[in-house]
This record gives sequence, structure tokens and C-alpha cells, in this order.
Amino acid sequence: MKKLTKLALAVALATSALSAQEVLRIITWKGYTPKALVDKFEKETGIKLKITYSNNEEMIAKLRATRGGGFDLAQPSQDRISFVQKKFPIYQPIDYSKVNTKQLIPSMLEAVKKNSSVDGKGYAVPMCFGTTGLVVNKKEAPDAKDWSDLWNPKYAGKISYRLKRPLLIGAAFGMGENPFALYNDKEKYKALIEKVTKKLIESKKNVKNYWTSGDTQKANMTNNGVVVESGWDGIGWQLHKQNKDIDFIAPKSGALGWIDTYAIPKKSKNVEGAYKFINFMMKPENAAFFTNKEGYGTASLGADKFYKPEIKDNFARAFSKEDLDNIKWHPPVPVGFEEIESKALERIKAAESK
Amino acid sequence: MENNKKVFYILLAPVLLWLVFLIIVPHIELLISSFKPNSGDGFTLENYSAFFADKIYWKTFINTTLYAIGVTLLAFVVSFPIAFYLTKVVSRKYASFLTLLLLIPLWIGELVTIYGWVTLLGDNGVINESLKFIGLIDKPLPLLYNNISMTIGLLYMSMLFMIVPIMTTLESLDDAMIEAASDLGASKWTIFRRIVIPHSMPGIINGSIIVFMLVIGDYVAPNILGGKSSLWFTEQIYNQFLSTFNWSQGAAFGFLLLGISSITIWMALRLSGQKLDKVGE
Repeated sequence: MKKLTKLALAVALATSALSAQEVLRIITWKGYTPKALVDKFEKETGIKLKITYSNNEEMIAKLRATRGGGFDLAQPSQDRISFVQKKFPIYQPIDYSKVNTKQLIPSMLEAVKKNSSVDGKGYAVPMCFGTTGLVVNKKEAPDAKDWSDLWNPKYAGKISYRLKRPLLIGAAFGMGENPFALYNDKEKYKALIEKVTKKLIESKKNVKNYWTSGDTQKANMTNNGVVVESGWDGIGWQLHKQNKDIDFIAPKSGALGWIDTYAIPKKSKNVEGAYKFINFMMKPENAAFFTNKEGYGTASLGADKFYKPEIKDNFARAFSKEDLDNIKWHPPVPVGFEEIESKALERIKAAESK
Repeated sequence: MENNKKVFYILLAPVLLWLVFLIIVPHIELLISSFKPNSGDGFTLENYSAFFADKIYWKTFINTTLYAIGVTLLAFVVSFPIAFYLTKVVSRKYASFLTLLLLIPLWIGELVTIYGWVTLLGDNGVINESLKFIGLIDKPLPLLYNNISMTIGLLYMSMLFMIVPIMTTLESLDDAMIEAASDLGASKWTIFRRIVIPHSMPGIINGSIIVFMLVIGDYVAPNILGGKSSLWFTEQIYNQFLSTFNWSQGAAFGFLLLGISSITIWMALRLSGQKLDKVGE
């Protein structure tokens, strides 16, 4: 028996010696931690990165299950922080003195600080931004210009979208409404979502499928014969690189702007490392590396100097001056609104398409 | 003797720990949370009444159950000839090799096999491209994202759990019995109906229970291969946990799913005149 205890002790010691290396556990989106930058960071700081890929919903659920533990750094979208924080405190306030704010675009930092704040304290640092709009095959669908083309019978059987809340918002804009203006009136918002739901059920017969991830979004355009789909700009531009007919366009009634951030979970075990990583990633040359690879814009000030010409091209092709001013940035989602939307989405999914 | 007992308890301990901490405790916690309001404390039946109040929930629930029963029947129809062939027709030498082949999809994992079906059935997938190549079609057939592709996926991942139990019971069926029946003038159909099926009934029931449970609780195949209208009940549970953050509601849905699968299995056992403790013998 004594031998066994000794052995167990030895094993325990050995594993703890292994884990003595500083670790930073990040929960993030796919593509947000390019391999080259991860290697560079590990070499510079000696901190080992453990990366988990996720999305907004799963991030919140996982952090809620552990009451803010299990990860040292998270990357939620800025509109999904304050209401979550109010309901189940899973993040800790950001100490902005530890963030190298000089390398961030001031207006974006202010907006994210404000939108993520609870009781006057900000909970997030902006990392990158992008828009949701349409990805279109311009040869097959030259006239697709707005959200309403997602129910245009002209493209019947060649339409796709992701059945998530941005679709409901985009569709509402496409119907000439402004859902964001109703964020303070739950009843009116509910009525609007009802209207959108009806429209999407009516036009369900025109939809080929509902895509679920960046990969399926790409496969739709390249393999599945889709010509108009809702989509992220970065993905649209990646597709454009392979096939010049396919491109991202900003819908006439407004592309939906999102900002993804860094937020620190409440029980983060490596807060210092988290700040180090944030400051590392937002260095102009590193941020530009990310943008050059993934196509999304960055919140890093001065990164545009390092952009490849094609990145500047992408922005120029997609956004005219008016389009840029017309981007509808997601305001923070009010408490309880996701339930209305979720039920609407389920009803659309379950409806028979005639 | 004393020592024997010690060994017994040492061996039992991991099983008990597993059962209690990884199965019983979480279930009890879920059960409790299913009777709690989403925010705050107290006792409520709201989460269960919400299910009956909203058509979308119970309709999906019924659809899922009926579909799972259908897939189970289909799995039996497909699996029985395979099991019969492997135990009674093919020579022993090849039988184990063929069984091994059947196991391969299990090694790969469900997600990968399901994506395999996506590459096969897609518009630019293997099947459509081949048909185009031989000139049978010029526009791709819509093979993917409908109830048929979903059924294929569900069948493919659950079929083996029907084949193996049936094979086990068929192996114990003495060939002489079939010969004797044949000598006494029974037709093939009669032999099948009166001897083969009754003998393999425990295996069939056993397989059906596993397949039904797997299918009704599956999330991957309906989600990836299913069409725009194939809403599976597990998806609604997922939504409650992940989209609306209403864990109490999700827990209640989970227990409703547990309830319906138990009831369905109980009814199937009653209808077929089998007993649960006999199953698997």
C-alpha cells in the first residue's frame, strides 16, 4: 500500500511540474487566433495558450455553467455582454489602465466600453468588427441588393440564411422597419418580430437550407448552388478570392455591424496573462496580420498601414460612403428579447414549406 | 473470504461512483431545476405547462417521437436480413470479417460519418457528380437537406445497434430446427414467421430499444442532414439552454423526453409480450 501512495505522489508531482508552465485558456471564435500569432505570443511570453472554439451562445452557456470559471479570456460580441452580466455575473470589469489603449481606435473603445457597461463599469475591449449582409453570386443574381432579396421568388431554391437573431433584424430592415428603435418597447418589438416571422414562413419554400457556420456558408456558394445568402463580410471576401463572381454586398437598407471583444471571466486564473494577450493581439502589425488573413476589420489603431491592397479593395467594393454611414451597429440586447426571437426562429424552422 | 469481499468492493466502487456522481446526481439536479422558475427561487409547474401551452413544443415532440418509431421499424427491416445473412448464410470465415466492416463507422464517430454523407449527397457531391458524368441528369438532384437524407443519417448511425443483438439471438437458433420445419413441409414464410422471428424476438426488442433511444435523443443527424423543416425535439432543448438561457425550461423538456421514451419502450414491451428482464438473453 505504501508503495502505491508513493507512486501516486510521484505522479501528482510530475503532473504539477508539467502544469507549472503558465497557461492562458481562451474561448473564442474560429479564426480569431491565427497559428502564427499564437506561436509568436508563446515564444515572446512563455505563456501556453489553450484555445477553445465557440460562438456567442455557447460562450455564455459555458461560462454560466461554471459561474465564470474554466476560461481566462473570452470573446463575446459587444451587444451580448451587459444583459448577460446583469443576469448571471460571469465577467469581471476591465481594468482599462492595464490595456494599451493607445493602440485602439478611440471611438470604438468608447462605444464598446459604454455598451458593455454595468453599474458604470466597462466589461470589454474591442478586438475586431465586421458586418452581416448578403453574399451574392453576381453572375447569377446581378440584381440582388437588399435583405428583401432573401425572399425574392426570382431566386427560389437558391436562397440560404442562418436562422439566428441577425436574420430577424436584417429581414425587419428589409421590410422598411427599424427594429433597433423598438429596443425600448417590448410589445412593439414582439409585434414586429411576429410580422417578420410571418414573412419568412410564407417565403420558406424559396429557401434551400439554413446555414449554420462559416464553413457551411462557404459550401453553399461553392457546392450547393446558392446564389443569394445572408452572410458575414469576411466569409464573402474569402469566397471572392477564389471566385470573382461571388462577393459580399452591403444591403441597401443597411448592413448589420458587430464588434467582437475581449472580456475576462470572473474566475479567470490568469488575469495578467489575459491583458498581455489583449495588448499583444492589438499591436498594429499583429492585428493587421489577423485582418489580412480573415478579412475582418480590426479595432487596432494604425493597423491599416499593414493591410494588403486586397483588404482595402474589399472595403472599397462593399461599402460606398453612404453604405458605411448606413451600417446599423447592434445596440446591447435588452433582457428577455432573446426569448421572443428564439421562439420566432423555432416557429420558422418547424413550419411546413408550401 | 474476507479478501474476496475487499476485492469485490474495490471493483464495485468505480461503478458506484460513476453511477452516483455522473448519472444520478446530475439528473436529480436537473429534475429540481425543472421545477424552478428561470430566475429566482421557488416551486413552479410553469416549465411543464409551457410545453402544453405552446403548440410548437408538443407538435415537435410528437413528430420527433413518431419519426423515431418509424426509423426504428426501418432499422429492423434493413438490419434483419443483414443479421440473418451474417449468422446463417455466409460461412463463418467471412462472417467475422464482415461484422468487422460493419463496425468501422462506429470507430470514426458520428459527426464525421454524418459529414461523410454530406459530401456524398451534396449538389456537387459524389452521387450527383457521377450521375451527371454518365449523363443521366443535367441538374443536380436535391438529395441533401430533407427528411430522406436525415433518415439515412439516423439509420446509418443506429443500424449496428439493431444488427448485433439480432445476430446474438440468431446464433443460438439451432439450424436443425429450421431443417426440421422444412422437412415437415413448412413454407419459407412460415418458418420465418413461426420460428426465426419468435426466436430472435428478445434481440429485436433489445435492438429496437437502443435504436429508438439513440434516434429520439440524437442531435447531430437532424441538425446537419435535416432539411429546413426538420425540427427535432433535442434542438428545442438545445435552444432553451443556449439561445434563451432558460435552463429550467430546458431541464423540463429533457425530462419530458426521458418520460416519453420510457413510456414508448414500456408500451412496445407490453404489445410484443416481452419482459424487460428477459430482453438480451
